[in-house]
Amino acid sequence: MKKNIIIFIYVFLNFNLSYAEIDSTEQINIYKNLRCLICQGQSIADSNSEFAQTIKLVVKDQIKEGKTESEIYKFLIEKYGEWIVYKPEFSMNNFFLWFLPYIVLVLGGIIIFNMVKNSRK
Amino acid sequence: MKNKLIIIITFSFLFFIFFIFYLSLDKEKNYNTKNLVGKKIENFELDLLFTNNKIEVNELSENNFTLINIWASWCAPCRKEHKYLILLKDNKKLKILGINFKDKKNNAKDFLKKLGDPYYYNAEDQSGKKSVKLGVYGIPESILINNELRIIKKFIGPLNNSNYEEILDIIN
Repeated sequence: MKKNIIIFIYVFLNFNLSYAEIDSTEQINIYKNLRCLICQGQSIADSNSEFAQTIKLVVKDQIKEGKTESEIYKFLIEKYGEWIVYKPEFSMNNFFLWFLPYIVLVLGGIIIFNMVKNSRK
Repeated sequence: MKNKLIIIITFSFLFFIFFIFYLSLDKEKNYNTKNLVGKKIENFELDLLFTNNKIEVNELSENNFTLINIWASWCAPCRKEHKYLILLKDNKKLKILGINFKDKKNNAKDFLKKLGDPYYYNAEDQSGKKSVKLGVYGIPESILINNELRIIKKFIGPLNNSNYEEILDIIN
């Protein structure tokens, strides 16, 4: 009985699940959009490198300070260049990066439409 | 008419591919943060390594030039470059700020005892977060700034003889 009480008290006192740090959805979304600069193709979310761990801490601190996702990206882009963000913010420089897939899709659609129309004639 | 259109589209596409390759193939492929050259570093506080005091980055504007060297005792290339820092130590136009990165104080102390201490200021960055403000992504890294706190040159990786000569040229 005494043993059971001790076990019960121990379990009760350790019911605090936040001993394990669970990243919020917002944090994870940001990590997934940041490139690990010393890894081959991994995001900060996926990488176990020292650099990735440091960036995670920086992002967590900035979220605690109340910075928005956009402000965090701006800060990191200022330090590391646009390459650190997987999805760069739209600007005239990356107009083609953003719109070329859609332009090709529409053009391809027009060509296929014309080919099908002509083959039916 | 249809054939002409196909030829025009094919040539436009080939020209586009050629144009993209022409623009991109001779671009620097290895990532670096040389884009920071010319920018001013932001002011922030660093804890000193061997005392309980702090230093503000703005204080570095008192020097003509400051070389910020991010290092650690566990970093083998840091050992390799250390002799150049020792050579630069006594240059009157330059002061060196050492930022000990994710290291243990005792190990840092031993390192400097064995290889010499070239640092005018000895600071630490246990978590690595402060170094992010300088755009650091690996060590060793050295950043040469002037009295306006503007980055004149960034050296990624260990300093070599050519970097050492370059620093001397810049500060003299």
